[in-house]
Amino acid sequence: MVGSEGCDTQAVGRRRFYLACIYGLSTIMGMALAVPAAVYLLFPPRSRKEDQWVEAAELSQLEVGVPEEVVFRHNRVDGWKISSEKTSAWVLKKSDTEVVAFAPQCTHLGCAYRWEESKKNFLCPCHTSNFDIEGKVIDGPAPRPLDRYLVRIEGKKLFLGPIQKSPEA
Amino acid sequence: MRRILDWIDHRTGLETAVRNFLYEDIPASSGFHQVFGSVALFLFLVQAFTGAMLAFNYAPSPGEAYNSVKYIMTELTGGRLIRGLHHWGSSMMIVVVVLHMTQVFLWGAYKKPREATWMVGCVLMMMTLGFGLTGYLLPWDNRAYWGTVVTTQIAGLAPGAGPYVVRLMGADGGVGVVTFSRFYALHTLLLPLAIVLLIAFHIYLVRKHGVAPASGDTLPKKKFFPEQVFKDTVAVFLAFVILFVMALTLRAPLERLADPTDTTYIPRPDWYFLFLFQTLKFFEGPLEVVGAVVLPNLAIVALFLVPFLDRGRMKRVIERKGAAVVVAVAAIGWTGLTAAAIATTPAALVSGETEGPAAWRHLSPEELAGIGYFRKENCAACHALGEGGTKVGPDLTGAAIKRDARWMIAHFKSPQALVPGTSMPSIHLPDAQLNALAAFILKLNARNAQDLREAPQPAVEGAMVYQQNRCGACHQVNGAGVKLGPPLNGLSQRHDRAWVEGHFADPQKFSPGTVMPPYRFSPRDLERVASYLMSL
Repeated sequence: MVGSEGCDTQAVGRRRFYLACIYGLSTIMGMALAVPAAVYLLFPPRSRKEDQWVEAAELSQLEVGVPEEVVFRHNRVDGWKISSEKTSAWVLKKSDTEVVAFAPQCTHLGCAYRWEESKKNFLCPCHTSNFDIEGKVIDGPAPRPLDRYLVRIEGKKLFLGPIQKSPEA
Repeated sequence: MRRILDWIDHRTGLETAVRNFLYEDIPASSGFHQVFGSVALFLFLVQAFTGAMLAFNYAPSPGEAYNSVKYIMTELTGGRLIRGLHHWGSSMMIVVVVLHMTQVFLWGAYKKPREATWMVGCVLMMMTLGFGLTGYLLPWDNRAYWGTVVTTQIAGLAPGAGPYVVRLMGADGGVGVVTFSRFYALHTLLLPLAIVLLIAFHIYLVRKHGVAPASGDTLPKKKFFPEQVFKDTVAVFLAFVILFVMALTLRAPLERLADPTDTTYIPRPDWYFLFLFQTLKFFEGPLEVVGAVVLPNLAIVALFLVPFLDRGRMKRVIERKGAAVVVAVAAIGWTGLTAAAIATTPAALVSGETEGPAAWRHLSPEELAGIGYFRKENCAACHALGEGGTKVGPDLTGAAIKRDARWMIAHFKSPQALVPGTSMPSIHLPDAQLNALAAFILKLNARNAQDLREAPQPAVEGAMVYQQNRCGACHQVNGAGVKLGPPLNGLSQRHDRAWVEGHFADPQKFSPGTVMPPYRFSPRDLERVASYLMSL
């Protein structure tokens, strides 16, 4: 029957419209929730003030040519918390105007390494990575030289800034 | 694709279940008036999602909670939107749940055999209010704290059960950490689990009895999908757009950190509880329990018993005049009470402002100059002024209670001598400036801290110029100083700015016979001190 066929096409059209609206509107709402949530979870917080300079040591108390572990306090911004915590650096005074400060973690898996005075190199006890006095890898699994702090000397005081990652060897 | 779906359906029956759910028969009379249940369910899902998102960056303990909410609002991209959705979503959910109940009530859809569906719905509404009540405390600002103090006090009025309810809320010794943890546990663990189970039961009951048909609806049934689903989706979308725009444009409130010693704070509940708050005002003394406990509970019981109070035959909605009258009376009563509560709310509260305008204007010039030295020495790097946070040094809003000016000045000069092991460096300033700094810190309290923190720098610098030039040796400002010359408050009403500036350079020219010596300020200092004096 012709009449009922006309009715059917009308019904099919209406059904198609309903489906388009249901899926379309649901998708828009899903995106409107998912995108802000992804941004919220993935974007870094806005004001990070971690690149502050901290006074770490008196230059006169460092011996030239011998790496020394210097412990100092710095403010760590951790989410909604700013905490003052102890941290350290292996500092090598080359002269009164040139100082190198290594970050205290091995570049392999973040263990604390130490200076072996007898061998004149840095040794990481975890997987026996060895670094020379300039922080370069001698042997072991470490993928790159020791990371360094930015260093500034003001008068007789040593200031340390943020840690700079060393490039992969 | 078809084969994968068939495989899954054969193993799990999921597709068949969804199909059965969607292709349920519903009465031909179903339409847009029945969308509110779906909208409420959708809003609940939005609350669950945004709530979980907030929890990703929220520290559930007082103090920390406030800082983390602030962090979400100010530091995280999209944080304001997520909290806005959660905050306004809670209000919206209450609106929609009430609309849903009103629709069911008007149409008489609670009648036999749907009494249980109605009663479970009542419990769901109570739970929605419970979410609002417990979530209110979680930002731990003044609004949260004081609102909850009132809530627990009201709960304590309940005859017999009062003390136990208060103990259950962890509030016997006042609202504190235990209350906070219990509200948090209720809000994020117990209530969500309970409400999910009850929602499932509610929907099961709706399915079991079918959507209530209109009276005399004898037309052949239609399918739930896609026509009614389309109507539900359109309604859901509308609600979502309203919510999204609200979250984008209206800032979810976050006041100052909760301060239990703040005696000036006037707590107000969230808007949907305002009518109860107003009802309470009609009952005084021994009758208070009537307004606080008896009436609300009677109302709840009456709501539960609606299907048994109205046992008449199913009628068409237009013929249900009694129901319409009940709804109208309830709506007028609610609106009137809420409006009265808003009208009697002090203006300062409406704007969210809790501190009198510009507390810095009430400081003496010396105290105001102290703010300048505080800023100059960058004291805020280590010390908070009531804004919370975990800085290295102590928050100074509480320091004044414990120390006098002499101790402070000695401490500024040699911190190690008074507090062994402190990491505070000495402050190298002249005595007069250390005095000013101490005077400012003595003046600090939790109420004025925010305002003083934000005192405008030009005024502060003007006060520093004033203090360094010892103007107070002859003049008074805010009652501080010597009354040799004229007091300087209200100077702007007596002279214009050009007069004041000219007068500094050559007082004799403007006030013949005056003993005031001329002052040759740098243009910047002149500008600052003149602005400061003109603002008094």
